[in-house]
Amino acid sequence: MTHALRVNPIACTGHGMCAELLPELVELDRWGYPVLTSPTVPRPLLSHARRAAQACPTLALLIEEKSGRHR
Amino acid sequence: MSLNLHGPGLWYATRATGLVTLLLLTASVLLGILTAGRFASENWPRFLSQGLHRNISLLVLAFLALHVGTTVVDTYTSISLTAAFVPFASSYKAAWLSLGAVALDLLLALVATSLVRKRLGHRAWRRVHWLAYACWPVAVAHGLGIGTDRSATWVLALSAACVLAVLATAAWRLVMAVRLGPAR
Amino acid sequence: MTALAHAPARALSPRARVPRLLAGVGGGGLDEHERRYGPLPGPGRRPERLIDLVEAAGLTGRGGAGFPVGRKMRSVAAGSGRTVVVANGAEGEPASRKDRLLLTRLPHLVLDGITLAAQAVEAGQAYLCVHAAEETLLGRLDDAVEERRAAGLDPVPIQVTGIPGRYTSSEQSSIVQYLNGGPAKPTFSPPRPHERGVGGQPTLVHNVETLAHLALIARRGVSWFRAAGLPSAPGSMLVTVSGAVTRPGVYEIEMGTTAGEVIMLAGGPAEPLQALLTGGYFGTWLPVEAAWPAPMTHAGLKAAGGALGAGIVVALPAAACPLAETARVVRYLAEESAGQCGPCLFGLPALAGALASLAFAGDRDGNIDEITALAGLVERRGACRHPDGAAQLARSTLRAFPADVNWHQWRGACDGVRRPPLLPLPDDEERGWDWR
Repeated sequence: MTHALRVNPIACTGHGMCAELLPELVELDRWGYPVLTSPTVPRPLLSHARRAAQACPTLALLIEEKSGRHR
Repeated sequence: MSLNLHGPGLWYATRATGLVTLLLLTASVLLGILTAGRFASENWPRFLSQGLHRNISLLVLAFLALHVGTTVVDTYTSISLTAAFVPFASSYKAAWLSLGAVALDLLLALVATSLVRKRLGHRAWRRVHWLAYACWPVAVAHGLGIGTDRSATWVLALSAACVLAVLATAAWRLVMAVRLGPAR
Repeated sequence: MTALAHAPARALSPRARVPRLLAGVGGGGLDEHERRYGPLPGPGRRPERLIDLVEAAGLTGRGGAGFPVGRKMRSVAAGSGRTVVVANGAEGEPASRKDRLLLTRLPHLVLDGITLAAQAVEAGQAYLCVHAAEETLLGRLDDAVEERRAAGLDPVPIQVTGIPGRYTSSEQSSIVQYLNGGPAKPTFSPPRPHERGVGGQPTLVHNVETLAHLALIARRGVSWFRAAGLPSAPGSMLVTVSGAVTRPGVYEIEMGTTAGEVIMLAGGPAEPLQALLTGGYFGTWLPVEAAWPAPMTHAGLKAAGGALGAGIVVALPAAACPLAETARVVRYLAEESAGQCGPCLFGLPALAGALASLAFAGDRDGNIDEITALAGLVERRGACRHPDGAAQLARSTLRAFPADVNWHQWRGACDGVRRPPLLPLPDDEERGWDWR
């Protein structure tokens, strides 16, 4: 079971909390919007990722489970 | 020490917890506004405003429970538990007490929706959260109007400071909203 | 630019491979249509058999993405309960005219396709979406629907709907949101329309040309359809040819026809050409030597470095400036952003600015790197493909015109920027377009 980060770009308003709480996986572009630097969330960072998703003021950061099956 | 249900002890507790609740609520509102306005500095990241806002809001609930509890248990005034939630359910200073009940109800709505924010969806949550701007002034009015400590200068000064702080921060927030522009 | 079909109105000869869609073009109502193409086939006892036919025929979407139609229909039909069919004739791409031609001259063919698709996926309702400003067309389509209703042709009700004419409004999730009562702006997926669309029901969204092909497949069968085109890309398609050609317009070609043959169909170059824009404003520039022999299929053009898109080909003369043309189009795309996603809302104007800088002012501020950086920054970071398209166009400009880029970098604007703009944009005349 792997997890992937995803941003809902319509909900995102560039608060930037995700980059503060998950700097290993999220950087901000020049306008303050998140750039995901890795497609998957390594196991050790999963709890941090969940916290970042919970903190997002507009609930734009999503954690998706990939079951490993090809869709 | 036996719990004296008749006498000034509980009454002091009520007023004290009420005041602390108001201070904490003010702090929560200030931090909420800072979060929405994206306040940040080198030593103050955005998630700090948000984290403190959430935790202090829960503290508010705790002190509010004490405030209500001591009021209800106190036999000097006959304020029922219902009166804490339902306006005009008590005869003692009905109007001012009702304001307290209203503020409490609003606060419960704010906290409840925040706890199920993910399931509720951001848009619905946000619409309810605007009620915070109603909850806080109602709480302030309740505190001042209920009259018990109105004569004490330091209480008045404290209340004034809370009001000034919120007004100033709200003004800052408006400026930020204009400056941030679209898609924000 | 007029949209003409250069196909005589005669009955479809079994040996002529094209025209097919356009064989019966020429106005007239339902009776004329039935005389030219034959009556609407009944659904039979198993209307979903059409999906088998479409799959075997290998029909792919003609709206730009080229997705296999049978597969899409199957996934919509897979669920229980009612579904919805949406025919997308909104044609937001300014350089495309084929959908408009179909709806104006062959509405009944499209409506046949809608009905057949609706029956195959058990739809309870269908919509035919057109640019809202086309009031005459909307009226005529309403009349056509009414004519068919009187003849008892369409068991599933078809609602003709006007969609706002913004570039991003003709995207399928925009149309679905609009039909659901919201703004005509793209939505975040999941869910996709075929999972949950109009009214929460699985929704089949197809380009009107795709549905027209479907209407003919139902009449003539799989082997007829596959008799034209290539085994990997069967059938025919409509292309809109414009720019420096003698006879710009909409033409029907077999899939796999080369881009050069398409230009010759349109009367050949009106002046010496340097490049072709393939795919539309979210497509790619191809130098004419690379484009000429490229087959008009998704795979064929992609292999040549271009894109098929919705069959748009614009011929760029040697005397025009591709950088200026691109700068202008990307500025239009930036203005057409739905404004919902930060990277698109801020990135596209920045990209347009960098392109304009390169086109008119030279590279003194490192614009080439800026263009490449911005293109990479906006891609795949919006809810829809709008920023991706602009990025692709910008990148292909740098790639296809290294000599021009070099000139502009060191010497500033070339003479070509003084020509009147070639690539069509809506309301060009009203805008009084200023180059700068």
